[in-house]
Amino acid sequence: MHIVVPIKQVPETSNVQMDKESGTMIRSGSDAIVNPLDLYALETALQIKERHGGKITVITMGPAKAIKVLKEAIAMGCDEALHLSDRAFGGADTWATSYTISKAIEKLDKVDLIIAGERATDGDTGQVGPGLASWLGMSLVTYTSHIEEITDSYLVAERLLEEGYVKVKANLPTVLTVVKEIAIPRLPTLKGKKRAMKMEIPLWGAKELACDPNNLGLQGSPTRVVRIESPKLTRTCTVVRATDEASTHEAVDQLLQFLADKNLLPRRKDQ
Amino acid sequence: MKDVWTLSEQHAGKLKEVSYELLARGRALADTLASNLCAIVLGNNMCEQELQTLIHHGADIVYYVQAPCLEEMVCETHANVLEALIKRYAPHIVLSAATTMGRSVLPYVAVKVHTGLTADCTDLAIEEETENLLQTRPAIGGNILATIKTPHHRPQMATVRPKSFRKLQIDTARTGTIVNVEWDPAWYDGRVQVLGIREESDVDGALEEADIVISGGRGLKKRDNFHLIETLAHSMGAQVGASRDAVDRGWKSYPHQVGLSGKTISPKLYMGIGISGAVQHLAGIKTSECIVAINSDEHANLIQVADFAVVGDLFAIVPELLRRLAEMDGE
Repeated sequence: MHIVVPIKQVPETSNVQMDKESGTMIRSGSDAIVNPLDLYALETALQIKERHGGKITVITMGPAKAIKVLKEAIAMGCDEALHLSDRAFGGADTWATSYTISKAIEKLDKVDLIIAGERATDGDTGQVGPGLASWLGMSLVTYTSHIEEITDSYLVAERLLEEGYVKVKANLPTVLTVVKEIAIPRLPTLKGKKRAMKMEIPLWGAKELACDPNNLGLQGSPTRVVRIESPKLTRTCTVVRATDEASTHEAVDQLLQFLADKNLLPRRKDQ
Repeated sequence: MKDVWTLSEQHAGKLKEVSYELLARGRALADTLASNLCAIVLGNNMCEQELQTLIHHGADIVYYVQAPCLEEMVCETHANVLEALIKRYAPHIVLSAATTMGRSVLPYVAVKVHTGLTADCTDLAIEEETENLLQTRPAIGGNILATIKTPHHRPQMATVRPKSFRKLQIDTARTGTIVNVEWDPAWYDGRVQVLGIREESDVDGALEEADIVISGGRGLKKRDNFHLIETLAHSMGAQVGASRDAVDRGWKSYPHQVGLSGKTISPKLYMGIGISGAVQHLAGIKTSECIVAINSDEHANLIQVADFAVVGDLFAIVPELLRRLAEMDGE
C-alpha cells in the first residue's frame, strides 16, 4: 500500500503570548514546525503501514526551510519525502496549492491512500485536502476520527460530523482528512532522526511537474487578498471579584444582570 | 443575471438552522445586486411545506434535487450535482455554511468549476464599483482578519461560519418558486457508501449550532467536578464544551473540544469556566457574540478577550449561580 501524506510547515504558536495593546500574537522567533493537525495524519499513516505494510511518502510545498518538516516526518518513520519549491509556486491560494501538489502526486508510484490533516493552524482553510481529491479524481472522506478496517481495496471509517459519528465504506484509492481523535502522534526516534539527517530529499520545481504554468502560484490563484487587518480588541471587560460569600453573591448578581440585559438568560417556565 | 445561491443542509428530511442563516446573508447580497436569491436543496422525499420555509426566510427560488442517494451527504455525488447546476445556471455567488458538509463539498466543487473559494467567512459584502464579493475571514488563530475576493472567476464561492449571522424573521406571506430539478443518474458516485450513524450518547446537539456554549477546563481539577459544567449547561439551555486540557485528561469526549484542534464556534454566549485561554483555545471562540470568563486568575488570557469576568473560586461561584438559576425557576 502506498500512502501519501501532504504536510505543511507553519509558524510555531504554542508559546505565543498576546500583545495586550494590539490584541495580536507575539511570535517567538516564528520557528517552522509541522502543522500540529498534520501529525495526526502522519500517525494514522504510520499505524496503517505497521498493520498492513507498504510505503509512506510525505510531501510538502514551501520555501527552503520547509525541508525541516519533511525530515521530522522521516524521523517519525515515513519512508520517502518530496519537497516542492519554486518561485513560481509562491502566493498560491488553496486552489493553486492543491493543483501543484496533485501534479506531483500524479508523478509518484500508484497511490492507494492520501491522508491529510483537517486543516493547517495558520491558514485554517481545510481546503487543500478536498482540493487534492478533486484534482486527482479521487473520492473524499473528511473529518475521519477512526479507521475500523482497511484492506487492499477498501476501508471502513468513522467521520465526526455535527450529528454524531457516521460510518462509511470507501473504495481505494481515496483521500482522508483526519481529526485529532484518530490517533496520538508518536515522537521521532533516534534511529529515525539519524536516517532523516542523512537522507537526500528530492526537490521538485515547476519544470519537474507536467503542469500548466498558468495554474501555479499567485498568477494561478482565483482568489486575491485585498486587505489584512489586525482586529483590535473592542471588548471592554467588566471584572467582578468573588473573594468571600458576600462578594460571591454580589458577583453572581451582577453576572445574572449582565446576562439578563443581553437577553442571554433562558426563558423561564412562567414567562 | 447575478443570482446568489445558498447550499441548504438537511438531516432526515428536516432543514438545518444554518440553511436559514445563510439565506439572511444571501438576502443582503442579492438585494445589493438586485438579483435572485436561490436556495439549493439536495435530499429525498422532502415535503413541499419544508421547502416553502426557505422562501419564507428570504429565498426567491428553491432548486430541489431529489434522489434516494441524496438522503445522506456523500461528497462526490453532492459535488456532481452542484457542478452540473452551476454550469447550467451560472450563478454569481455560491455560499454554504462552514460545516463539515460545506467544508468538504465546496472545495471539491471549486476545483471542478475552476473558481476561488474562501473558507469560514465571518463577513460578506459587495464591492460597489465591481460587484465583487468581499469575503472577510479570521486567520492565524483569529489574530488577523483577511478580506479576499475572486476578481476574475465565477461563481464566487465562500463558506460562512455558522452562527455568525442571524436568520431573518419568518414571513409566511413571501412567495417564490420551487424548481424540481430532474435527477440525472450520471450524478451518482458509489465509491463512498454511508453505512450508518452512531449518535454520541453525550451530545444532544451540535456545538457549532448552539446559542450558548459553556466550557470547562483544567480549573475544574478533576473529572468528577465536570458535572458542575453539565448541570449549569442544562440549566442555561446550553451545550457543553471543553478545553483541550480537559479532553486530553478524559474529562469530556473529543466532540466537545473547543479550539484549534477541536471546534471553532460563534455562539451568542460563550462561558469559559476554569479555562485560562491558550491562544489555540481563543482561536476557536473569538467570534462569539459575548464571552464570559470565570477564573481564579485575573490575568488569564480568556479574561483579556471577555466581556464579563468573575475572578474567584469557581467552586463557590458556580454553585451560587446554579442556586440562583434554580430560584428563578421556582419563582
